[in-house]
Amino acid sequence: MNDMNGQTAFGLASDVSSLMEKRRRNGLVWHIVFIFSTTLAVLFLILLVFSIIDSVFGYAVLINDVEPSALVAGKESVTDFNRAELENVARTRLSAGILRRVEYDKPIAERSDKDLVSLVEEYVVKPKVLKTWGFWGSLTERKAIETYIGENEGSYATFRSWLTPSFIMADQSADPLRAGIRTALLGSLWIILITFVFAFPIGVGAAIYLQEYAVDNRLNRMLQLNIFNLSAVPSIIYGLLGLAVFVRFMEPVTSGSFIMGTVDNTANGRTILSGGMTLGLLVLPIIIINTQEALKAVPDTLRMSAYGVGATKWQTIWYQVLPVSVDRILTGTILALSRALGETAPLVVIGASTFISVDPSGIFSKFTTLPIQIYQWSARPQGAYRNIAAAAIVSLLILLLLMNSTAIYTRDKITKKKRLEA
Amino acid sequence: MNSLSLAQVLQPGVEQSESQVKKTVLKLEHVNIHYGSFQAVKDATFDIYEKHVTAFIGPSGCGKSTVLRSINRMNDMIRGSWIDGKILFNGHDLYDEQVDPVLIRRRIGMVFQKPNPFPKSIYENIAWGARINGFKGDYDELVEQSLRQAALWEEVKDKLKQNALRLSGGQQQRLCIARTIAVQPEVILMDEPASALDPIATGRIEELILELKNNYTIVIVTHNMGQASRVSDHTAFFMVDDKRTGYLQEYAETEQLFLNPQHRKTEEYISGKFG
Amino acid sequence: MKIAIEHPFGKKMRIHERLIEATLFGFALLSIVITLGIAIILIRESYLFFSDPEVELWGFLTGKEWQPMIGRFGFLPLLNATLTTSVIAMALGIPVGLFVAVYLSEYASDKTRGILKPVLEVLAGIPTIVYGYFALTFMTPLLRSIFGMETVQIYNTASAGLVIGILVLPMIATMAEDAIGAVPKELRLAAYALGGTKMETTFKVVIPAALSGLSATFLLALSRAIGETMIVALAAGAGPNLTFSPFEAAETITGYIVRISGGDVSYNSVDYNSIFALGLILFLITFTLNMISRKISRMFHQEYE
Ligand SMILES: Nc1ncnc2c1ncn2[C@@H]1O[C@H](COP(=O)(O)OP(=O)(O)O)[C@@H](O)[C@H]1O
Ligand SMILES: [Mg+2]
Repeated sequence: MNDMNGQTAFGLASDVSSLMEKRRRNGLVWHIVFIFSTTLAVLFLILLVFSIIDSVFGYAVLINDVEPSALVAGKESVTDFNRAELENVARTRLSAGILRRVEYDKPIAERSDKDLVSLVEEYVVKPKVLKTWGFWGSLTERKAIETYIGENEGSYATFRSWLTPSFIMADQSADPLRAGIRTALLGSLWIILITFVFAFPIGVGAAIYLQEYAVDNRLNRMLQLNIFNLSAVPSIIYGLLGLAVFVRFMEPVTSGSFIMGTVDNTANGRTILSGGMTLGLLVLPIIIINTQEALKAVPDTLRMSAYGVGATKWQTIWYQVLPVSVDRILTGTILALSRALGETAPLVVIGASTFISVDPSGIFSKFTTLPIQIYQWSARPQGAYRNIAAAAIVSLLILLLLMNSTAIYTRDKITKKKRLEA
Repeated sequence: MNSLSLAQVLQPGVEQSESQVKKTVLKLEHVNIHYGSFQAVKDATFDIYEKHVTAFIGPSGCGKSTVLRSINRMNDMIRGSWIDGKILFNGHDLYDEQVDPVLIRRRIGMVFQKPNPFPKSIYENIAWGARINGFKGDYDELVEQSLRQAALWEEVKDKLKQNALRLSGGQQQRLCIARTIAVQPEVILMDEPASALDPIATGRIEELILELKNNYTIVIVTHNMGQASRVSDHTAFFMVDDKRTGYLQEYAETEQLFLNPQHRKTEEYISGKFG
Repeated sequence: MKIAIEHPFGKKMRIHERLIEATLFGFALLSIVITLGIAIILIRESYLFFSDPEVELWGFLTGKEWQPMIGRFGFLPLLNATLTTSVIAMALGIPVGLFVAVYLSEYASDKTRGILKPVLEVLAGIPTIVYGYFALTFMTPLLRSIFGMETVQIYNTASAGLVIGILVLPMIATMAEDAIGAVPKELRLAAYALGGTKMETTFKVVIPAALSGLSATFLLALSRAIGETMIVALAAGAGPNLTFSPFEAAETITGYIVRISGGDVSYNSVDYNSIFALGLILFLITFTLNMISRKISRMFHQEYE
């Protein structure tokens, strides 16, 4: 193109095009940087998922205290034993003390085959985990596994999934092969229930006040600011608050002794009630903020039309505003509860139990939760604990997924119902 | 470039009325513009002449802004928009695969409806475009020159370091014009540059346009018929068909179009019957 | 005697309406009670901590050794570890988060956005304990295989810091995208109309215009990193250690609180009080960061209204 007068200020055509070349290259480099960063973020998620799944499946090299073939000649596995052999082995090989306890719980003759198999495995065969491999390692390090078995006489490898129905149903145990998460799972569900009962009405109520009633004055602005601040307070601080207030100061209430006289006093106020209320305080600001967002989304015309037919403020809120925002409020609440379900630090700080094998039976029980269980197992360096930690993580993530999909499902259902009514 | 286009040769009427030969800078040939599956403009064919002011008028939604944006490829920024037909700038097809839209925009600048200065100092607002385009001269001089050309110098010369957002709306718009001038374009596109301004500020912008016409080719979209007749030499009147697709109804010298419209629709529109 | 004539449209008392409003107001006030509760408890226990004859404020703030067992209460090692993990986290989280935000808002097609946004949401929804596991089982072995087993200890602040960086990444990306998205479209168009390339428009117009919103985001992320607990508890190591090497184990403020309270700690002991004193410091730091962040973000939003 021919240049006009004065355009020489930007150099000759060749200057312009070489500058343009540089600018284009610059742009390209940064474009690549942006794509790279984004890929990195996606990669992190993939690696995270991979590192968990990898530990859930794989080879475990085990060694038995007593080989099954030494109990019944020619049979390699306890599951191959017939009824008579099982009963016989149980009666003759269990130590006297254990035998007495077992017979006391339920006579051996009345126990099922499956029950006896696990009895024999637990007390006679006593398999121990020597080393485990992740899924990837199991595929790529066959040689190393074989060498390892060769070095350890009597050991054998089994490919297993660490996440099994019995893992979910079993008590806690110091033995990773028998440990399960039932107690922790129940603890988590109890805690969530208390958190919901405590935080939902207060959170929604506060949000209604702030969104529907509050006029723009100093006090209300302060309330709002304070709620935003609370939502950003580190969760561990809530743990300290719960420890001082619920566990220590309100011990008679949270341990249940004020209504029941004496209770399990080993709990010392470190009960489900304390834990649930602590997490309730933690999620309260989140529920308030989410509910406010839900109420903000309700068009003002709806309120005006309700006032227009002579409704009072509360009638307007109760009959018009809340019904149209209930889906969003519930979704927001479930998001907040998901946060509570994954919280670890505050519960550790208030002194949740790290090892209990009795199921929680009510709000005054001691408890442990899934995240705490994961914390305990992850913190142990031995291989098999890492595998069951991963299995527990998968269980937790599935639980979270279930919660969130329920939220989406109910929301869609309510939305559809609203549309039909409209 | 050859200054006489085929269209001009074939339009002796236009030639006669001008004392001097008009040079075509931009040439639109059968331009169709779409947003996704919606066709916004069909078959626009007309020329824009050097150092003239061309006005686009027409009812809202008839594609004036769309055509204007296609001239410096700002439509590229809108997802889903695509164009066929040709737009020739000094004989070169703007939509050739080889063409870098970034270079086009330096040669064909744009002023928007709402003043949009950068949240930086007045000085920086003007220097920025020149800097990224590799301007080698004296920046102080460039800033002063540009502000003078935009008739803003006297008002801001003592506060060049002040944030541009503190200027009034009219001043901001003149700053945006100055900013466009600073990269020394050949063509300045203006999309309703005065519609967000008060009458006094509008008057100053109009004066400015008449002033700038000596050095630049200007295309201005306006919904104000008075403005079109005051500032422009040529006027393009766009209409919409029943599918809401815009098309060029009439294109003529402004005086002719306003005094002697060839189409009934044009007559109705300029007399304020609709739009 | 006058007879009171009731006006047909006279005001009604509507007692229950008032009661409802008062109750709801009470719920809202509870948030203030929580804040006060946090402040009172942290201050009270900290007071007990500092009134212990073994502890003195100056030694606490400047001491280089934290060994409550032998009466050493210098909190610098804990603070130093907290700062180390947080700085590492920011060094990863801020650039990557910002670039993801830029990519999402300026470059990505709607389809790509539709894939990436859920990825960020999932990352943000994963509990921090899972990130802790990730740090211990993935990041640490990775660092050790890159830098050598001798250089990198099993527990180290680098691994914890990097994973905290991943944890805050989705938050930074989402909030930064909001800030960038709040920059008026007209500014971008103006830059393009002057012949700016996409990169020039992004770096020289969009990001500067969003700068206050972005800094608010970064401050909030920093506050989050400082308060993060489970990742450091698992991966950074137990036991205070004043070191500037990110490859050594060092306990952070939060790590210490969790470890001490997780054990059997008796009320009214120095240990018990010390976790509240550390909690107070943590609260003050994060609260200040949050307040500044909110102030800045308020100003940012007013700028573009
Ligand atoms: N970004 C866009 N995306 C989709 N359709 C658009 C867009 N911009 C304009 N349109 C459509 O194109 C037609 C012309 O619009 P426009 O050029 O803005 O008209 P005018 O400037 O004459 O009022 C209108 O029907 C409008 O709805
Ligand atoms: Mg328009």
